[in-house]
Amino acid sequence: MAPALLAVIWIALAREIGNEVILPGIEQVSRIVLHPTEDLISMGSLAGNVLVSLVRVIMGYTLAALVAIPLGVAMGYYGVIFKFFNGFLNLFRPIPPLAWVPLVMAWFGISSLATASGIETGQIYIYLDNIKFAMLFIIFIGAFYPILTSTIHGVRNVNKTFIDSARVLGANERQIFRKVLLPAAMPSIITGMRIGLGIAWMCLVSAEMLPGSLSGIGYMITHAFTLASTDIVIAGMISIGAVGALMDAGFRHIEHKYFSWRRQAN
Amino acid sequence: MNSHPEQIIAINRLSKEFTTGAGNTFLAVDSVSLQIPRNSFTCIVGPSGCGKSTILRIAAGLEKSSSGTVQYNGNQVSKPCAEIGLVFQEYSLFPWLSVLDNVASGPEFAGVDKDKRYKDAEHYIRMVNMIDFKDAYPHELSGGMRQRVAIARALANEPDVLLMDEPFGALDAHTRILLQKELLKVWEMTRKTIVLVTHSVDEAVYLADRIVIMSSRPGRIHKVLDVDMDRPRSRAIPEFGKLTDHILKELEH
Ligand SMILES: Nc1ncnc2c1ncn2[C@@H]1O[C@H](COP(=O)(O)OP(=O)(O)OP(=O)(O)O)[C@@H](O)[C@H]1O
Ligand SMILES: [Mg+2]
Repeated sequence: MAPALLAVIWIALAREIGNEVILPGIEQVSRIVLHPTEDLISMGSLAGNVLVSLVRVIMGYTLAALVAIPLGVAMGYYGVIFKFFNGFLNLFRPIPPLAWVPLVMAWFGISSLATASGIETGQIYIYLDNIKFAMLFIIFIGAFYPILTSTIHGVRNVNKTFIDSARVLGANERQIFRKVLLPAAMPSIITGMRIGLGIAWMCLVSAEMLPGSLSGIGYMITHAFTLASTDIVIAGMISIGAVGALMDAGFRHIEHKYFSWRRQAN
Repeated sequence: MNSHPEQIIAINRLSKEFTTGAGNTFLAVDSVSLQIPRNSFTCIVGPSGCGKSTILRIAAGLEKSSSGTVQYNGNQVSKPCAEIGLVFQEYSLFPWLSVLDNVASGPEFAGVDKDKRYKDAEHYIRMVNMIDFKDAYPHELSGGMRQRVAIARALANEPDVLLMDEPFGALDAHTRILLQKELLKVWEMTRKTIVLVTHSVDEAVYLADRIVIMSSRPGRIHKVLDVDMDRPRSRAIPEFGKLTDHILKELEH
């Protein structure tokens, strides 16, 4: 219902305004969305840019998960480690990922995986040069905190009775950790990963607005804006929304399929 | 002295102090002594907060006493061991495991290989009449079914002594009576030593060889009564009612 209503309003407004820089026609935008592999003026195709963005997000996000999950488990389990890191981490938590941009630019500039690997020519160079450290950093920061917080929360709130039960059944510390604590905290960790991925995806546009970026869906939107191609801007926004919603749905599916027990437990 | 061979558990002047949030200490269990004969069925009744769970947790090795000891076969219990099982008052099944995996979890911790532990688990799942649900997950089961599984899980570890903390406390009257009957059957089949905590005097009179009546503030043993009625017991006979009445009166003290 709602999408249909939106479409009707859009069509009516577009006709009323009659200026495609302010609001292009719905058919103009859907043509771009429905032909995602078509080359758009000097900035590659919609699908190509989405793909580049996806690769960036997945890399930054994976790094964030690889750091945040073990750290969160350790912080949730050991009070000492929690105390050691918590104050420090809380200091940085309120800083929006975007606020890191100037500092990140000062640190990394436009250096990329290509710079680091020393490859300077060829197709591989083009691929690697698309992955700037500054971008990875922004995406990392965006994903890191939600994953960390949910992991700590999940580990800390494991029902004590589960741990006592395992103890009475003869589990040693290692088994309690691996067979009780981790599975019990897993739903919370997965929720953190879902939220983290959503935020990482949102940080993308800011990351792709960084200097040196010549591809990606965020770049496409800002570049299209300077060319007054509002239809491409809207098509890009729709793609960001669609990809984000798809990733979220994927995680929700996992949560539903493997962690449906959580609703009744505790 | 405390290790009569026929006394499988000996609780000697056990006391437990807790520190409250405000920083004061209070005595939850005060110098409780109790001998549990091998293969017996003991029920503990007492008002809420008199330390019943605390005693079981110390006996299971989950908690330390402030003073006094619990001995199993003459050895002091200081940490959980496979010989002493505990069924919890609250929901305790691992929600991420199926019934079969829950029941097999004790043997899994002990390193028993998969075929054997599943075979044994099925045996106990059958014993509590849950075999049709062996692949179900705890959240798909009713409260009574969950407690059956919890009992099977404790049994699958093949403990000598089974401590049970209000295992039927959350069940409706009908299911409760059904499970009491089943528990007696299991007890007769396996000849474990059972110590069961309950709020229900009726349950204690129906099940126990011996009933321990506790009083609260601080938690002490008020009286120990032997129950001399043949099993299966009928709630309709006068003796049953008389004993129930008597215990209810004692609890008012
Ligand atoms: N970990 C703890 N910290 C502080 N006080 C505790 C703790 N565990 C139990 N207590 C207190 O000790 C007393 C005895 O508790 P316990 O759970 O053993 O009672 P209970 O007889 O099992 O009660 P119920 O019949 O309600 O289950 C209570 O007053 C309780 O508040
Ligand atoms: Mg209790």
